[in-house]
Amino acid sequence: MKVLVFVEQRGGKVKKASLEALSAGRRIADGTSGSLAAVLLGQGVGALASEAARYGADAVYVGDDALFAAYSADAYGLAAGKAAQVFGADALLFAGTAMGKDLAPRVTARLGVGLLSDVTAFTLDGGTPVFTRPIYAGKAFATLVPKAGKPFGVTLRPNVFPVEEKAGAGQVVSLDHGVTPGDLKAVVQEILTAQGGLLDVAEANIIVSGGRGMKGPENFKILEELAQALGGAVGASRAAVDSGWIDHSHQVGQTGKVVSPTLYIACGISGAIQHLAGMSSSKVIVAINKDPEAPIFKVATYGIVGDLFEVVPLLTQAVRELKAAG
Amino acid sequence: MNLLVLVKHVPDTETRVKVKPDGLGLDLADANWVMNPYDEFAVEEALQLKEKLGGEVTVLTAGSKESEKTLRTALAMGADKAILCDDPAFEGGDALTTARVLAAAARKVPFDLILAGKHGVGDDNQQVGSLVAELLGIPAVTVVTGLEVNGAELTLKREIEGGTEVVAVKTPAVVTCQKGLNEPRYPSLKGIMAAKKKEVAAWKAADLGLDPSTVGAAGAAFELKKFELPPPRPAGKILAGELPDQVRELVKLLREEAKAI
Repeated sequence: MKVLVFVEQRGGKVKKASLEALSAGRRIADGTSGSLAAVLLGQGVGALASEAARYGADAVYVGDDALFAAYSADAYGLAAGKAAQVFGADALLFAGTAMGKDLAPRVTARLGVGLLSDVTAFTLDGGTPVFTRPIYAGKAFATLVPKAGKPFGVTLRPNVFPVEEKAGAGQVVSLDHGVTPGDLKAVVQEILTAQGGLLDVAEANIIVSGGRGMKGPENFKILEELAQALGGAVGASRAAVDSGWIDHSHQVGQTGKVVSPTLYIACGISGAIQHLAGMSSSKVIVAINKDPEAPIFKVATYGIVGDLFEVVPLLTQAVRELKAAG
Repeated sequence: MNLLVLVKHVPDTETRVKVKPDGLGLDLADANWVMNPYDEFAVEEALQLKEKLGGEVTVLTAGSKESEKTLRTALAMGADKAILCDDPAFEGGDALTTARVLAAAARKVPFDLILAGKHGVGDDNQQVGSLVAELLGIPAVTVVTGLEVNGAELTLKREIEGGTEVVAVKTPAVVTCQKGLNEPRYPSLKGIMAAKKKEVAAWKAADLGLDPSTVGAAGAAFELKKFELPPPRPAGKILAGELPDQVRELVKLLREEAKAI
C-alpha cells in the first residue's frame, strides 16, 4: 500500500503529531509491502525533509513556496491532492490537529475518496488496515476497513500513536503543485496567540482540569500553577465553561475537546457522562473531589476525597519539590 | 444575504450508548433526539445576519422523516424555509455521501453563505462542512468563533491550538460554527406556532440528480466491522489518611507506579 502522510509544520517546526502519523504510516507501509511518502508544504521548509525521512519517509514531496507561507486550506488542499496523485497514494494520513481536521476533508473530497476521522488504533489484517475510532466522543468505538481497492484518508488522534525513528530512503521531490495566487480564497491575516501562550488541551500530555467545584474564575489560578509545575495544560468541564469562568477552548467533553493525555487530573469535577466521554481514554486519571460518591471516582486510577483548595496547592508544592530533586 | 444552514438531528449528549447484540448497530432507543448542539450556533448566526442584512434563511438536512423535528426547531427559531433530503438510497452512508446529497441540494437553493455546526455529535466526523465546500468549489472556514460581514467580505476568527486564526474570505463560502460564536435563542411560542404552518420540502435522490451508486451504503468508502463499548477501566485506588500524606503518596504513585510524571 502506498501511504502518503501530510507533514504539518508551523513556524518551521514539524508537529509531534505529524511524527506520530509518519510512524503509523511506516507501520502500514511495512505491513502491506508498500512505501511511505510525505508531503511538506511551507516557505523555507526544505530542510525539514530530512526530518520526515528520519521518521520513515521514502520520498518527500516538498512544496516550498511563498503561497504556502501561511496555512490555507485552499492552497494546501490543492498541493496535497496533487502530491497524492503524483505518488499514486492508496492511503492518506493526517494528524488530527486543527490544521489536519480542516485540511483532510478538502483533500479527500477533491480526490473523491472517503475519510475516517480521529482514528485511535489500527491493526493490519493480511495486508488490509483495520481502523478503530471513537464515536459519541468515546462512549463507543467503531471498527472499519476500507472497501477493497478504494483509496482512503484517515486522521489520527494526536498523542495516541508512538513516535519511532526508522529511516526511510528520504528522496526529496520538488512538488510541481500548480497552485496560483488566485487559488487562495480564504486567507489567514494573522494568528493571535492565546493569553500567556499556554499549552492547548488538545496537544498536552498532562491536563489539569477544573469543574463546578472551582467555585469561580479567580480560582483557576491554582490549576494553572499545578499545570505549569507539571508542564501541562488547563482544562475545564462544561459546567465551568458555561458559568463563564474559563474560555471554551479549554473545555473537555462531548461538546468540547476529546483528549487522551498520559495524565488527567480532575479537580472538583463530578463526572457528568458528557465529560467522562471526552477524557476517559486518558492513560492515568486522578480525581480530587469532596464528594466520595462522584462518578469521576469510577474512572479514576487514583482518587483523593478532599477539598481541592487544600489538595491542589499541596500537590503543586510536592511536584515542584520532585522536579527540583530531578 | 441568503443563508443556507446545514443541520443534523442527533441523540443529545446525555445519551448512554448501547451496542446491539450483533455488534453491527447501536441501540439508541432511549435517546432524546435534538438539533446537533453546534448547529444551534449556525442557525443563530444565520438569523442574526438576516436581521442585519435581510435575505432568507433556509435550513437543510439529510436524514429520515424524524429529522423533520430538527428542521421544525430551526423554523421555530425563525428560519424561513426547510428542506429534508430523505431517500432510502441515502441510508448507511458516510460523511462524503451525505455531503454529496447536501451539495446537490445546495445547488438548487440560492445562497451567499452556508453555515453549519463544526461537527455533528455522535459520528464526530468534523468533515461535512468542508466536504460540501470542496464539492461546490467554494472556500470553507471551519471552527469559527467570530464572524464579521463587510459587504461580500467576511472576517472570521477560527480556533487553532493555543490561539486564533483571523481569516478573510469572500462569499460564497462555507463557515462551520464553534461554541462561543453566539448565544442561540430559544424558539418563542409564537415561533413554534408559526413553524407548524411552514412547509418542509422533501427531496429524493431523483430530485437531486444523484447517481444512487455514489450515495448511501453503496457510496460509502468503509465497511463497518463492529461497534463496541470502551473497555471498563480497572478499579482505581482511593487514597486514605491525612491529606498531606495522601498527596505525598499520590506523587509517589504517579512517578513510580504509573510513570506519568
